[in-house]
Amino acid sequence: MLSKIVRTVANQLILFILTFGLYIIAHGHLTPGGGFQGGAVVVSGVVMLLVAFNSQELKKSLRERLLTIMESTGALIFAILGFVGIGTTFFYNILVGSPVFGRIPPSGAGPGDFWTAGYIPPMNFAVGLKVIAGLTAVVLALALFASGEEVEE
Amino acid sequence: MRKIAGLISWLVLVAFLVSGMLLLHPFGYPTPSDMDDYIIENAQEETGSNSVVASVVFDYRGFDTLGEATILFTAVTGVLLLLRTRKRKEESS
Repeated sequence: MLSKIVRTVANQLILFILTFGLYIIAHGHLTPGGGFQGGAVVVSGVVMLLVAFNSQELKKSLRERLLTIMESTGALIFAILGFVGIGTTFFYNILVGSPVFGRIPPSGAGPGDFWTAGYIPPMNFAVGLKVIAGLTAVVLALALFASGEEVEE
Repeated sequence: MRKIAGLISWLVLVAFLVSGMLLLHPFGYPTPSDMDDYIIENAQEETGSNSVVASVVFDYRGFDTLGEATILFTAVTGVLLLLRTRKRKEESS
């Protein structure tokens, strides 16, 4: 565990890092970024907490079983969304034109509308969930292994 | 005998690599751009996404992204499997 200054700054900073990561995930179809990148940003915040506090403190608030379930859920949502449009082709974007995420923006550059792009935003959320849970589990398992503690089931 | 076989295989390998180098696409010249033009022109109408990169990654090349997600899943599974041996050892002892 590092000094009190580092711990206080990390406590204040983690909110901004989490917000920025979720913003990148949510706006993956409008701005550069997406599920993988935003998830990596969120996990970098988790790594910062891991450095500031020790892994024992973090283990109290993160259950590894929950992380595993989150990752599997993300992968499942992704695969199911890929199979939804199987009537036409695999990974057919069936949500374009539907009330949910179905708007089509005017051609050319524009400010962007959040309710566009069909199934791409739900897929970004699924991939983001998957990346956050998976990388957090990996980082936590490595830290716990390095500190000589057993990984909690 | 082994030296001759080694020499022949070496010659075949060198010929393969040199021919590959000579057949390489000339540096700096663009490849045929039919696919790029189609995606740039139609991505916004077909997927409704303002970011063409996102529409390529999740729509036109969604199968590739499924593979990436599978790679991540396998990596996480492997790490968690490897690092959990400590607990099993304690249980058996």
